[in-house]
Amino acid sequence: MRKIAITSEGPGLDDRVDPRFGRTAGFVIVDLETMETRYIDNGRSQILAQGAGIQAAQLIVQAGAECLLTGYVGPKAFDALTAAGIQIVQNLDGMTVREALERFKSGSVRVADGPNREGGK
Amino acid sequence: MIVSVASGKGGTGKTTVAASLATIWDRPLVAVDLDVEEPNLHLFLRPNLEESEAAHMEVPVVDASKCTFCGACSELCQFKAICAMGKLILTFPEMCHGCGGCIALCPEKALSPGTRELGEITRGRAGSIEFLMGRLRVGEAMSPPLMRLVKAKLDEMTAEGDWDAIIDAPPGVSCPAVNAVIDSDLILLVTEPTPFGFYDFRLAWEAFSPLGKPMGAVVNRAGIGTDDLYRFCRDKGLPILTEIPFDRAIAEAYAHGRVIAEVSPQLKETFVSLRDEIRDLAERSRPREAANA
Repeated sequence: MRKIAITSEGPGLDDRVDPRFGRTAGFVIVDLETMETRYIDNGRSQILAQGAGIQAAQLIVQAGAECLLTGYVGPKAFDALTAAGIQIVQNLDGMTVREALERFKSGSVRVADGPNREGGK
Repeated sequence: MIVSVASGKGGTGKTTVAASLATIWDRPLVAVDLDVEEPNLHLFLRPNLEESEAAHMEVPVVDASKCTFCGACSELCQFKAICAMGKLILTFPEMCHGCGGCIALCPEKALSPGTRELGEITRGRAGSIEFLMGRLRVGEAMSPPLMRLVKAKLDEMTAEGDWDAIIDAPPGVSCPAVNAVIDSDLILLVTEPTPFGFYDFRLAWEAFSPLGKPMGAVVNRAGIGTDDLYRFCRDKGLPILTEIPFDRAIAEAYAHGRVIAEVSPQLKETFVSLRDEIRDLAERSRPREAANA
């Protein structure tokens, strides 16, 4: 695995993990080999009445991410991410992006087998 | 003439008014329940429900062998009902609004129409009144597509002969409410003179005014609340066609599923005069409509 996406309230590793997937402010994309980061704004998904999770899934697939670290994922986004072969790690809210990344690298996270949030707005 | 009975706030008496009007109507009438999320007009008119059919809408089905993953459908869809991601195409039928755009647009003809069940459309008869009702499937989130099918059925039923229709609309001022009133000739806004009733009445007036249809108010539970509603109607030139008193006998009759026009001769007279006021208002509005045309 090379790239992971982390839902983030801001562009840097010291910003907080945004607990929401579909309506996250943006994604910090980390290249695990070079440790380079880049930020993708998710403003276009935030303004959708419905389908924000699906659009956000499209965004991180386009960014080439193979794993997602976030707080909560709804059922439709979960289906889209799973179909695209992206591993999902949930419940990483309440910490910084860097802390979430460290947890992931230390292997002390569990890949989700189902959504942990009901669908809807 | 199609009269829709609407309101901003729920529970102001739409169905009460629609049922009573239907009962005293003196011309061939179809009573239509377009409150498809929770239809209840039948509880009052008690029609014999004669036929029921499932209603469907069109949603895209993908033939993956033809798809080149160009993403045109995905870009078009504002509701993310179809989603292209790399060499993957997913559909979310429950998100689809049924516009058919993706199917029309697909350059490879890889999309074909499938169906999603919306609910059912039921026809019946209550005495001389034809009855028509939509009922949304439990779990279905979108009511306008079903409402459009019910209205198409109404068009079919009224295509021959000189029919009137009374539409019991859903509450609120969003898509379902607008859908219910948009094809009518006149909108009755049922409200109550309470602060909540007035607040939502005003929203309904703002939402429906741009449609340019004649509108009249029916004040239910008259005698409670404040005079804000009356002042507003006076300022906007919105006629109050009738008032229904706040009366325990009416509440009791309603709770027993009775049509309140049948509770007393006075109440019957209230609805007969409301019917005449509706016709007057429609008549008065005609030249103005012609001038705007």
